[in-house]
Amino acid sequence: MSQAPTPAAAPAKRPAGRGGRNLELSDELKAYKGVWVFIEHDRGHVHSVSWELIGEARKLADTLGCPVSAILLGGPDEPLEKFAAEAFTFGADKAYIMKDPVLKGYRNEPFTKGMTDLVNKYQPEIFLLGATSMGRDLAGSVATTLLTGLTADCTELKIDPTSKALAATRPTFGGSLYCTIMTLAYRPQMATVRPRVMLMPRADASRTGEITYDTLGMIETQVVTKMLDFIADANSNKINLPYADVIVSGGKGLKNPENFKLVFELARVLGGEVGSTRPCVQAGWVEADRQVGQTGKTVRPKLYIAAGISGAIQHRVGCEAADVIVAINTDVNAPIFEFAHYGIVGNAMQVLPALTQAFAAHLALRSRQVA
Amino acid sequence: MHIVVCIKQVPDSAQIRVHPVTNTIMRQGVPAIVNPYDLFSLEEALRLKDKFGGKVTMLCMGPPQAEEALRKCISFGADDAVLVTDRAFAGADTLATSYALTAGVRQIAKEQAVDIVFTGKQTIDGDTAQVGPGIAKRMGLQLLTYVSRIVEVDLENRSITVERRAEGGVQVLKTSLPCLITMLENTNEMRFANLPAMIHAAAYPVRKWSKEDAGIEDLSKIGLKGSPTVVSKVFGPTPRSEKVEMLDLENSSLRDVSLNLIQKIFTRHPTLESDLLMKEMT
Repeated sequence: MSQAPTPAAAPAKRPAGRGGRNLELSDELKAYKGVWVFIEHDRGHVHSVSWELIGEARKLADTLGCPVSAILLGGPDEPLEKFAAEAFTFGADKAYIMKDPVLKGYRNEPFTKGMTDLVNKYQPEIFLLGATSMGRDLAGSVATTLLTGLTADCTELKIDPTSKALAATRPTFGGSLYCTIMTLAYRPQMATVRPRVMLMPRADASRTGEITYDTLGMIETQVVTKMLDFIADANSNKINLPYADVIVSGGKGLKNPENFKLVFELARVLGGEVGSTRPCVQAGWVEADRQVGQTGKTVRPKLYIAAGISGAIQHRVGCEAADVIVAINTDVNAPIFEFAHYGIVGNAMQVLPALTQAFAAHLALRSRQVA
Repeated sequence: MHIVVCIKQVPDSAQIRVHPVTNTIMRQGVPAIVNPYDLFSLEEALRLKDKFGGKVTMLCMGPPQAEEALRKCISFGADDAVLVTDRAFAGADTLATSYALTAGVRQIAKEQAVDIVFTGKQTIDGDTAQVGPGIAKRMGLQLLTYVSRIVEVDLENRSITVERRAEGGVQVLKTSLPCLITMLENTNEMRFANLPAMIHAAAYPVRKWSKEDAGIEDLSKIGLKGSPTVVSKVFGPTPRSEKVEMLDLENSSLRDVSLNLIQKIFTRHPTLESDLLMKEMT
């Protein structure tokens, strides 16, 4: 397998940037072409963030005039070809498949080796992964092994017109600021993106692509970490905030965990999910999986109702992509009113039951009319 | 058992304000704290020490004042603390940071072999979750991120079994020591520091290592030079152009305001109402 030129071995004639570092791409790294997306799958199911990334990769590739490739690692009995076919419909041109018994179920070591080998062999310019527990674990390991730049949790990906480099924008300092980060002298340029930050692309059933197979060259006895078991979450308590259409969120303004049932009741009437803020999660009022925001989940619902939430910037970055944001807060100066579409200055403990009743009555009436 | 816990001193991001004109972080008066995610890892390290005996050594890369964060960890029960601090580390991205911390861990391991390295899941200022995996790769350690529970440590056979949070479930993984672990948040509760421990921590001689002390000779791998990523632009969030529409509760009843709001929501988002009705019927 061909070895990628390491940045350390690059010619020393590059002009020095700030702090004496190289900011110019060496000739051998200029050969790196194409946008790659790591297709995350588990137990027969592809994580939607991978398709969202294919959509984003398509835009980047169209700007650069290069192909999009889907990268699939998995076990011999896993339907990787089916996933590849699906990736083509979302905009991928090629797929690289690596099948091996040791790649069944995610483990850092074999996946890092497989990914690193593929990058060194085919030399992609840009490599995107979902900012999930799998993607973040893998991206950090691969970037360190390849000694290249990695930008985490990006909210916007663009091609810088002058340098043609990936300009990756991400929130920092808990969302108080955004910064645009580029990897100028190293390849590939790596980035992770959270679920639901990018839009889901539309599938085009007529699209197809070409599949290339590679082998891992690693056997089970060489893998140190063993997976003894996988305990799947019970469906009943599975919270899927990022993909919920309606989210009713409660904050510290609800005063105590008992009042959270008002949030649950409205969410139930709307067939939605319950979200929350970091302070409520830290206080143990709700499960960590319900946290919306910079250190929680990014959501993109059609309707987001924030009750007793002040709207700190950390929370804002997680929910501002909602189509309609309704805020209920006693403080007219709360920052939530700076980005909500509709605001009610009032006590959430009184407003929530009234809203629940009104929504229930309205939906009952309308469904009778429709029927 | 010798455990190294890597921490970072961070500004309390919940209290950070951005200057409205210059778009710079206003640090004045913002307290510096131990990155909260690191404390879940520290507590887990202390529990292992309680069970198996041994030593917990803290490691931090940062400016001289980060010594305070290390002292805090001593007050919780850590045994020793090293701060790698050198102007040459300034401007480090995650790759360069993982290099400096790896050098620190290797130097500490020369004094006593290390069984487990802990880092926080991520920091609350950078939020990247990249430094832990970076150190593991550089040291050739098995990486266990998002660990929700340490099931068993078998010192005789040099193995460890953990539960790791994955999408849609929990992986039960068994690997060999030494390894690198990042704990998931809310997996444990940090113990309190008592008064004697705080007095001990206040006087504790935190070791400060320069890049040479940490055994780093190659300047091209640390600080700005060792950082492949370049920050090209920093800016504040764009204010929303559309202003919020307030619904007045003072001159109308809760019921009327609710009905009015529902009308507005469904007028603004027509497909939402039909989606909800569909859901209702199925």
